[in-house]
Amino acid sequence: MTPESQTGRPDRAALSASAPAIELKGISKAFGPVQANKDISISVKRGSIHGIIGENGAGKSTLMSILYGFYKADTGQILIGGQETEIPDSQAAIAAGIGMVFQHFKLVENFTVLENVILGAEDGAMLQPSIAKARELLTQLAQEYELNVDPDALIENLSVGHQQRVEILKALYRQADILILDEPTGVLTPAEADHLFRILRGLRDEGKTIVLITHKLREIMDVTDTVSVMRRGEMVATVNTDETSPEELAELMVGRKVLLRVDKAPAQPGDSVLEIADLRVTDEKGVDRVKGVSLNVRAGEILGIAGVAGNGQSELMQVLGGMRTGSGTIRVNGAPIDLSGARANGQARRELGIAHVPEDRQREGLIMEYFAWENVAFGYHHQEKYQRNRWLMDNRALRADTEAKMEKFDIRPPLPWTQAKSFSGGNQQKIVVAREMESDPDLLLVGQPTRGVDIGAIEFIHQQIVALRDQGKAILLVSVELDEIMSLSDRIAVMFDGQIMGERSPTETNEKELGLLMAGMTGDA
Amino acid sequence: MDVLPKWADVILIPLINLLLAFIISALVILAIGEDPVFALKTMIQGSLMSTYGWGYTLYYATNFMFTGLAVAVAFHARLFNIGGEGQATLGGLGVALICLSIPWPHWTIAIIAAMIGAAAFGAIWAAVPAYLQARRGSHIVITTIMFNYIAFSVLNYMLVNVLRPPGSQDPASARFPEGTNLPTFQEFFAQFGITAFRGAPVNVSFLLAVAACILVWLLIWRTRLGYEIRAFGHSESAAVYAGISPFRITVIAMIISGALAGMMAINNVMGEAERLVLNSVEGAGFIGIAVALMGRSHPFGVFLAALLFGFLFQGGAELGLWTNIPVQLIIVIQALVILFTGALDNMVRMPLERLFLRFRRVG
Amino acid sequence: MDFLTVLQILDSTIRLATPLLFACLAGLFSERAGIFDIGLEGKMLAAAFFAGAIAYTSGSVWLGMLAAIAASVILSLIHGLASITFRGNQLISGVAINFLAAGLTVLIAQDWFRQGGRTPSLSGDARFNNIQLPFAETLEPVPVIGPIYAELISGHSFLVYVGLLSVPFTWWLLFRTRFGLRLRAVGENPAAVDTAGISVIRLRYIAVLICGILCGLAGAYLSTGLQAGFVKDMSAGRGFIALAALIFAKWRPWYALYATLLFGLLQAIAIRFQNVDIGTFTVPVQFMEALPYILTVVILAGFVGKAIPPRAGGEPYVKER
Repeated sequence: MTPESQTGRPDRAALSASAPAIELKGISKAFGPVQANKDISISVKRGSIHGIIGENGAGKSTLMSILYGFYKADTGQILIGGQETEIPDSQAAIAAGIGMVFQHFKLVENFTVLENVILGAEDGAMLQPSIAKARELLTQLAQEYELNVDPDALIENLSVGHQQRVEILKALYRQADILILDEPTGVLTPAEADHLFRILRGLRDEGKTIVLITHKLREIMDVTDTVSVMRRGEMVATVNTDETSPEELAELMVGRKVLLRVDKAPAQPGDSVLEIADLRVTDEKGVDRVKGVSLNVRAGEILGIAGVAGNGQSELMQVLGGMRTGSGTIRVNGAPIDLSGARANGQARRELGIAHVPEDRQREGLIMEYFAWENVAFGYHHQEKYQRNRWLMDNRALRADTEAKMEKFDIRPPLPWTQAKSFSGGNQQKIVVAREMESDPDLLLVGQPTRGVDIGAIEFIHQQIVALRDQGKAILLVSVELDEIMSLSDRIAVMFDGQIMGERSPTETNEKELGLLMAGMTGDA
Repeated sequence: MDVLPKWADVILIPLINLLLAFIISALVILAIGEDPVFALKTMIQGSLMSTYGWGYTLYYATNFMFTGLAVAVAFHARLFNIGGEGQATLGGLGVALICLSIPWPHWTIAIIAAMIGAAAFGAIWAAVPAYLQARRGSHIVITTIMFNYIAFSVLNYMLVNVLRPPGSQDPASARFPEGTNLPTFQEFFAQFGITAFRGAPVNVSFLLAVAACILVWLLIWRTRLGYEIRAFGHSESAAVYAGISPFRITVIAMIISGALAGMMAINNVMGEAERLVLNSVEGAGFIGIAVALMGRSHPFGVFLAALLFGFLFQGGAELGLWTNIPVQLIIVIQALVILFTGALDNMVRMPLERLFLRFRRVG
Repeated sequence: MDFLTVLQILDSTIRLATPLLFACLAGLFSERAGIFDIGLEGKMLAAAFFAGAIAYTSGSVWLGMLAAIAASVILSLIHGLASITFRGNQLISGVAINFLAAGLTVLIAQDWFRQGGRTPSLSGDARFNNIQLPFAETLEPVPVIGPIYAELISGHSFLVYVGLLSVPFTWWLLFRTRFGLRLRAVGENPAAVDTAGISVIRLRYIAVLICGILCGLAGAYLSTGLQAGFVKDMSAGRGFIALAALIFAKWRPWYALYATLLFGLLQAIAIRFQNVDIGTFTVPVQFMEALPYILTVVILAGFVGKAIPPRAGGEPYVKER
């Protein structure tokens, strides 16, 4: 054992400046029969921003979890600052100077910022001295890196952007030299993301090493110095960012040429199917989520709603799908629908010809423990064709129906007796999409159709949505992926803080303009 | 994700759990200075080696089938109904009120009315906690426990102040009229000149309990309601998405659960005691929890587990007679079964999964 | 109702509230750490038996108390094993522990004493005797304050005072120390604790251990303070009422004191007034007996308001990215 490791924390200043901050050699990790990481080696230079890009399930997060001590690698070595380091738990990772900002923040919601920052890094048995010390350091860091947050605010009252800053502050308070960020911009507005990138560049210039995990090519191009591409558990390339292009990275990620645009003919809209007037929604905590939204969607068109997560889009979709109550008027095919009474439920909505692909397939769209054949009629299980008689359901009809849908939507494996949880994300989503599209709706609500879905399934689902539009159905699409909104929609409405900030045509707008609207700034800014 | 084959999940693990519970029970018997082998022999001798013993075993099993099904149905909706004891107590009150109301001409008519009474009283006693959970957010576990205590007070009041015949000191109702007495297995076999089940209380309710198992199986796995109950049990948010009302399912599942627990009274009150006494339920409501866990909430599993506990209960009573082991041993066994099958399941499952994974790699 | 009757009712309120208070604080530690525990009842019962049994055989109430704590802690560890290590269902584990205690206490009592599942009556040093606070007798003649001091505040057993002092201590521990911060965090978001490099498992075991010690005191008080010996099922639902009080108290120490005093008062009234005459109508004794349970239901259903339990309560912690 070296003297450095005895102190628990290598004396990094003493190490040669040329040693890479992180070096991974031959890391492999399997979960049961699934090989999540295969013989991965990378090296990240000190004082650089390194991107790791790959599709969902490519093994990025597993790799970083190994680095942060959540999982133990089956084989391989980790070198931090040139020194071989064992990382059996998070404690060891922190001691090695690694800080991690998770995609889902690890904050205690009803604690203050200060309490969260000191948690686990307290100076003694009493709280008061630690709090005082942290307060001082936070002021200092705020000035240095534009990391301002109110130290006494409760986390649950902070915006997501500010919560993320708390996570970064936590790492800095623990004197992290290496900062790993997992999909940090998923919940941020473009402006907030830019702010984050400024912070990251500032940290890099101070000599910190940043690892940025993302699936967004634009971010990689914007902020990183070097980038590694992962595909199916393997590291397929590491390149300098200024020597590559988004197209090349996309091809590396998927392993073949990909179409970044969806082919579609111009829309031929018909009559109005959905008319929303002054819709308002208040959530369980009494917070107004939707504040007077008016929209309409015609037959044969796709209306896309852009916006950062948490600006009322989810609640809007849930009211339309009958999952929560609201006030105002919604007409479907000219007839007003019940927004708060006995018929304000998913069952009644389906009877009106409204199908709904929900935002969260695992918590809403599917019963993960049910077999595919039980899921294939979920929400439609009252329909005549699934009943054997007055009392019993017709399970054979369900299974026949499942086989038909599995073939049509290329769901793999095509086995009705498979539990939903055993399918991949893409195939789970295909089950939901098949069920909702095959119900022959007048109006299809689609929330985050491709979240956590591989590129092959994304292309397939996008084609299906466009095909349904071409059959003359009305489609309302909500997505936080601006690319998806831009390529699928015939019209785009931008939602911010429960309101529609404006409507644009995809051919006459650009991401910058939409980004401003998403941040609540109207056109004149 | 499922590492274990189905048979290991539904047969092997419960058997290992049961074995562990028995081993520890044996150690307990040793610790109080008794001989576990002799105890086991006594139990088997007293409960399985004669039709008399079987008559008691099946009588107890009838109780446990009803209460086990009650807990199982609630489990499918992810509701933990610990109130089976109180619901069965109230079911007994329902049976007594019906049986004492008019001079019933024949048991076939009386039993239908009594079943309705038992089910209705049990259902109401379960519906109130269900309503309070669904509308007021009171935790159903604590509420159903409180309702057990309240049920006991209600029964006590009714027996002392209302149902007690004049002049009697006993907190018990009058004997039920002749026309409500259910035929026992003894009487049934006697028709064919066979002497069996002599003096044992097993009666026609046993067949009703078996029928209840089949009906619950149909309900859970073949009807829309069962589909919705299971869906709600797996994921409340998904149920809301599909238009399944959590309120409706919570209340209906608990009503069915309470009705099943209440129906137990057909067996113990109408079939055996033929009058209503204090503490007629004898903990059967609680044993339902162990039975449902052991039976993996499946009606066939409940049927088998109920037989097992019938054997344990009858065997335990025999122990009380022939040895110095108090009948409370059965509560210990019941606790251990709940502990191992319900709470420490992973203790057996995790090593077993590792074992199977190794086999699979080799194979 | 005269002043003395009121004093006597309040006096017995304090005594009846003490086991509830210990159990409630026990639940508080456990649930604040994210472990539901409906096995408070069983732990109290086991503790009551061992306190009574060991106090009787050794003649020392202190040894009895230690035995009570040991028994309760063992059951706590079983609960910890099931709910922390093996990530089992915490409700089911609690139920099992209740039955285990109910069965074992009678089994062992019968084996040891052969008195139908009870311990012989305790007397002398085998019980907690009442402590006369200084000047109680001198002050007694002073009107109002004197009797309040002498009857109500003075003259309780050691454990009553320990219980009352545990309230500020719990508050201090929870909100002023590093341990408290971590304990509260692990019940709200164990992932935050884990990623901060602290062992979730260790913290939760400590919480469960404290819960066991407090339940041990609750049980010891039942059989050696409140009553003179153990009788079967003597906890009589107090563990569950303590849980209701905990919810009513919104998982806070001072509110826990008030809530348990309220339930203590209900029990004191029910014991004092067996049959209550309201004009022509007589409230039956059975109703008075059921009153604490009925009020538990009513309070849970109506007056809790928005009690937000610890967010990670009841869920075993599984590491996730």
